[in-house]
Amino acid sequence: MSCLETIADYGLRSLGLGERILPKTDFTLCQQFTLIGSGMLWNIYFGAVALIAGFFLSITVALGKASANPIARKASEWFIFLFRGSPLFIQFFFAYFTFLSLKSVHPAFDPLTSAWLGATIVLFLNTSAYAGEIFYGALKSIPKGDMEAADAYGITGWKRFRRITYPTMLRLAWPAYTNEAIFLFHATALVFFSGFPAWQQRGDALYYANYFADKTFNPFVPYPILAFYFILLTLFVITVFGAINRHLTRHLPPERRTRIRFRPRQPVR
Amino acid sequence: MFEYCADPQSIQGFQWLSCYLTNGKHLLFYQSFGVVLLLLAVTAPVALAFGFVGASAARSRFLPFSLFGKGYTSIVRGVPDIAFFLFFVIALDQVFEYLRHKAKCPDWELPIRQGNDFVVCDIAKLPLSNSPQWVHEVYGFTLAVLTFAIVFGAFAANVLYGAMRSVPRPQLETAEAYGFSSRQTFWRILVPQMWVYALPGLSNLWMILVKATPLLFLLGVEDIVYWARELGGTKNPRFSDYPHGDWRMYYFGALLVFYLLVTRVSEVVLDRLMSRLTLGQATAGGEAQRKALA
Repeated sequence: MSCLETIADYGLRSLGLGERILPKTDFTLCQQFTLIGSGMLWNIYFGAVALIAGFFLSITVALGKASANPIARKASEWFIFLFRGSPLFIQFFFAYFTFLSLKSVHPAFDPLTSAWLGATIVLFLNTSAYAGEIFYGALKSIPKGDMEAADAYGITGWKRFRRITYPTMLRLAWPAYTNEAIFLFHATALVFFSGFPAWQQRGDALYYANYFADKTFNPFVPYPILAFYFILLTLFVITVFGAINRHLTRHLPPERRTRIRFRPRQPVR
Repeated sequence: MFEYCADPQSIQGFQWLSCYLTNGKHLLFYQSFGVVLLLLAVTAPVALAFGFVGASAARSRFLPFSLFGKGYTSIVRGVPDIAFFLFFVIALDQVFEYLRHKAKCPDWELPIRQGNDFVVCDIAKLPLSNSPQWVHEVYGFTLAVLTFAIVFGAFAANVLYGAMRSVPRPQLETAEAYGFSSRQTFWRILVPQMWVYALPGLSNLWMILVKATPLLFLLGVEDIVYWARELGGTKNPRFSDYPHGDWRMYYFGALLVFYLLVTRVSEVVLDRLMSRLTLGQATAGGEAQRKALA
């Protein structure tokens, strides 16, 4: 069987398209590359959905934590503490079993127990907490002069937020937020090891890498392939976020532009 | 545990719960919290040592060392740590067995990888197939500790490498001017001063390490996650004295609370440590403390 046929058969296997039965013996390098790459689709899906949805919630949480209203502040603080203070792994388990209990109450909760929805919700809340803390930190370090200048010009309320606070906050937070995005993608690898079942063996990249390592009893091939894919994904995220960073800092003189340097800060959740 | 527990069917409410929570399996569950704390206590210093070696190697002027150190510090940047966990736990096992095999059975003719099997001679197996159960458990735990130490050593190497670079350059130049050799400069000037700069990163690392402990479950150790799944699952009256439905949600809720408590306690302790270390230091933190006192 040629490699192109393998790709045609297994390229979308993680979505349930193509050949149903996974290879059982005589694994070729091509099969391993194709299936692990096919699993990456899940990692990209989880990461992208959680990141985009989480962006809005995290700004809400950051504003809540910085607000003068004690209810909003306390609620945001507890939200951040709950999701940053406990391991993501345990959050997945807890959420999965909670969803299972909900399912027995009413069948409407059925989709929550499958990874595509349930795990995405957990990742969404988790990244919102981490990014919320980042945005809160940025909000606190907006130069005092910027706000005073806004006051002097009579810019207030929503307009001040939209024109002054929000862009400055985003620019200050961006390098740390890039880090967060990278680790969110890494965290997606936990999904199928934490309760959520891989229905019909439709798993993510790590699921297939682990499958091959179990079957061949040789970890030295599938895991480097997985590493290769994740490094590609990381480079892609850095490129995209770097482009956005250049856009956010385009008005600054070159020496004041912050460059994105990837330094692990809060890697494992 | 209590006398009234002899016949669990006849008791109810609080009494039932007190018996349930003190039965043999639950005592094992509580012990596994000890396993987690033991892992933390053993891994933290080992990982710090690995990190120190990695950071020193990265600073080395000898190219192979510095390449090794830089490679080690950057392994954790692009790839999920969980992939390293799953990889190292098998890879280390196979490397150990392979080395023992080479040493103990030099006459062995057959290839070690036969299709999908990894075959070494019987006396090279780890642990030996006739060893008692506890040896298997200790070996599994040791592999887990090593895996954790390698991965977190890489994080620690990152932190320490940064800290070593933050020590003011004039300090090192002064040492050189006084005729210190580069080894003396390293041990007497650089290492004692770097800890203040490393502490924020290291306390961050501690939090990360705490939150990585449930991954022990994936390495095959019977830890709190294993027991929570085991005990929380539906218990049939035919096989259990304490039948109940699916309680895994509550067990994992309890684990969640446990981790939140550990995080909170660590935060408080590390904050105190930091404020003690910054006292009198010529840093922004030390300056703020001085102003607050004045």
